[in-house]
Amino acid sequence: MTTASVAQRSSAFARPTAKTGVWSWMTTVDHKRIGIMYGVTAMVFFVLGGVEALLIRLQLATPEGQVLSADQYNQLFTMHGITMIFLVVMPLGAAFFNYMMPIMLGARDVAFPRLNAFSYWAFLGGGIFMYSSFFINQAPDGGWFGYAPLSVKLPGHGMTVYALGLIILGISSTVAAVNFLTTIVNMRAPGMSLMRMPVFVWMTFVVQFLLVFALPVLTVALFQLLFDRTLGTQFFGDSTSNPILWQHLFWLFGHPEVYILILPAMGIVSEILPVFSKKPLFGYPVVVFSGIAIGFMGWGVWAHHMFAVGLGPVANTAFALSTMFIAVPTGVKIFNWIGTLWGGSIRFKTPMLFSLGFIAMFIIGGLSGVTHAIVPHDYQQTDTYYIVAHFHYVLFGGAIFGLFAGIYYWWPKITGKLLDERVGRLHFWLMLIGFNLTFAPFHILGLQGMARRTYQYPKNYGFDFWNLVSTVGAFVIALSILTFFWNVIKTRKRGETAGADPWDGRTLEWTIPSPPPEYNFAEIPVVHALDDFWHRKYVEDKEGRLVPVPAGAQEAAGHATEGYGGDDHGIHMPSQSYMPLIAAIGLPIVGWGITFEQYWLAIVGGVVTFAGLYAWALEPSTEELH
Amino acid sequence: MAVEHVPPAEAGGHATSTGLDNVKIAMWAFLGSEFLLFGAMISTYLLYRNRAVTGPKPADVYDIPFTSVSSFVLLMSSLTMVLALAAIQRGDHHKTRVWLLATALLGMTFISGQIYEFTIFVQEGFTVRSSPAGSAFFVLTSFHGAHVTIGILMLLSLVAMSLRGALPQSRHTTVEYVGLYWHFVDIIWIIIFTVIYLVPS
Ligand code: HEM
Ligand SMILES: [Cu+2]
Repeated sequence: MTTASVAQRSSAFARPTAKTGVWSWMTTVDHKRIGIMYGVTAMVFFVLGGVEALLIRLQLATPEGQVLSADQYNQLFTMHGITMIFLVVMPLGAAFFNYMMPIMLGARDVAFPRLNAFSYWAFLGGGIFMYSSFFINQAPDGGWFGYAPLSVKLPGHGMTVYALGLIILGISSTVAAVNFLTTIVNMRAPGMSLMRMPVFVWMTFVVQFLLVFALPVLTVALFQLLFDRTLGTQFFGDSTSNPILWQHLFWLFGHPEVYILILPAMGIVSEILPVFSKKPLFGYPVVVFSGIAIGFMGWGVWAHHMFAVGLGPVANTAFALSTMFIAVPTGVKIFNWIGTLWGGSIRFKTPMLFSLGFIAMFIIGGLSGVTHAIVPHDYQQTDTYYIVAHFHYVLFGGAIFGLFAGIYYWWPKITGKLLDERVGRLHFWLMLIGFNLTFAPFHILGLQGMARRTYQYPKNYGFDFWNLVSTVGAFVIALSILTFFWNVIKTRKRGETAGADPWDGRTLEWTIPSPPPEYNFAEIPVVHALDDFWHRKYVEDKEGRLVPVPAGAQEAAGHATEGYGGDDHGIHMPSQSYMPLIAAIGLPIVGWGITFEQYWLAIVGGVVTFAGLYAWALEPSTEELH
Repeated sequence: MAVEHVPPAEAGGHATSTGLDNVKIAMWAFLGSEFLLFGAMISTYLLYRNRAVTGPKPADVYDIPFTSVSSFVLLMSSLTMVLALAAIQRGDHHKTRVWLLATALLGMTFISGQIYEFTIFVQEGFTVRSSPAGSAFFVLTSFHGAHVTIGILMLLSLVAMSLRGALPQSRHTTVEYVGLYWHFVDIIWIIIFTVIYLVPS
């Protein structure tokens, strides 16, 4: 496959070889670098989504707020929701899938490195495309779930951008999911059976299944919306159209999506609790199977988002029951986490604090969620701030806390430097307090009847006090995020060096140097047990206490302490490539072309993408370097 | 094990956990996703096929004998695809090219039939805009048509590669994966054809 003659080409089409600098990042196919790019990009969008949230809260701080116009308000809460879900939580999860999952499996890379780079660039392209709509002051304004027929009729380009942007992001996520599925099925190190995979990898696995099967349903709904808006089809606009077709399709995607957002965080927490309790995860198989159960059951409950639509008592009862049942595997997981903590020797390091914060906030969010399953309650709560409280407890208190736990936990592996513990703790406590200050009052406001997506509320409705409290809380959250960035800056130069295994870890990523070499493992590890690395470090004495393996035996057992790092034994990694980037650049160009009905531009974009894909299919994945 | 000249991915011959090739697993996962894509569009069609106050309903315009013939043509292309794969596995490059071309030609015939059919329908007032039924019909069938077109492009690329000598016998799996996609598109058409033309509304 690789021939010397190809490498000697020195034309404009030669393969890129830069190892440092901007070009090396633009052309990289290394899963670790792609993971970092996902993480950094998601953080940028997190700041944007946060600024939008602060503007919303400023508007609502006082009755009859004058900060924003109604129009701007609609754009801001819509973009805030879209940003947080599709451009922050999903890609932050993907950052960890990319960086950690192959290493935890004992692999050198994902199954398709160039496809992986394409996923990232398509994600970035989709995000830029969505945000470009702010420049013409026509950002999406129909809510993150874009209900048709309203979204068909909204004037301006906003909802066209919404449909096209989510289609692009869907392409990105689908190809990434296919890639990760293949990686987990096929790239495990010898001995890494499915039931020896770390829980994080298991949850990644379930998420990829959900993505592969849930996203196409959304894609269809988005195409229908897009065609209704641009080609004049009649999916939603005709008098004989079904007014809730969109809702069915959207929530058939949307409910699994909730688990797509939360399962990675659950996986991360399931990795962290054992490490900082010095105990194996309580009931590993149960945690795995409850994750799979959640994955399956996630499909059967979509219509609980539609109780108020009037599906009829039978359908409502069926979906109420299925919704209550899905709380069971979730409860089982919480039980397992508490069982892991029970009797452990707990170290309250920052990753652990965020994990505990995750569990506590997620329980609150889960409980208020179960109250929606009771249909009469839901009639009362739906489209009020009570719902807004509920999903922020799950998505922020759950997903974001869990993802920050992961950031603190794996930061030393990724950068080689430890984050500062004191600043980390400050970040945690500010975020926990700010979070509850912001969102706990939403429960009260909701029960008092404050409607969701309210742009102004009148004086003397009793809404003033709690809204002000909430706005103050939002700024405390913003402060906590600033402390995080301060921590990053502060420790970049002066941080403590981490070493390969700073937390006394249990899984394979801690066996290789921090940061890992490009090829991860100089020698592919052989796995003998769940938490293999731990068993190479510790044995139980006669009383069942943990004792370290004696130093000599450790050497004999293999590379227990210095790990599998070491010299490059002439390992060949896939070569860098321009093609994923070129193929992805075409996508937003197609988007702009269709949005502005400049079909020549759409064709140009299509040609760029097609050319990129074609050249990619013809170029070999590796080229001999001389 | 220490000296590995095989990159971890995309290269043939690397040991995998299941013994199956990465591309094969990825292809199956991708096709699973496509299945739901068409599933959602077919569901929409079933919901909407009778929804037309103005303009003709689907059942008023269909020409079932015509579409049956073009469906048969598409089905035959699965046969020629199988023959193409068998040929390259034998190392018979001439036959490989012949059967690949035949498959592509059958696919093009099907697409031409679809274009002809669409033209007639539009003349009779059944269009994407005429009613929800029209929208559902045209979007579903033209998505399928787009899939066939992509398949044709892949087949022609394989022929071109083969002519340039870039498709040796050892790369028969490439033909196999294109074939997998092609058979999938055929099977989906059988479902669409049954649902749209044969199930009475
Ligand atoms: C800085 C912290 C945050 C604050 C202060 C905040 C505030 C708000 C407010 C006030 C609304 C309601 C707007 C309205 O209904 O009029 C809202 C909506 C929303 N938020 Fe947040 N939020 C924050 C973080 C997050 C995070 C982390 C996520 C998800 C991961 C998220 C997801 C959503 C979604 C999906 C909506 C619904 C948008 C819609 O109605 O279409 N938010 N947020
Ligand atoms: Cu739900």
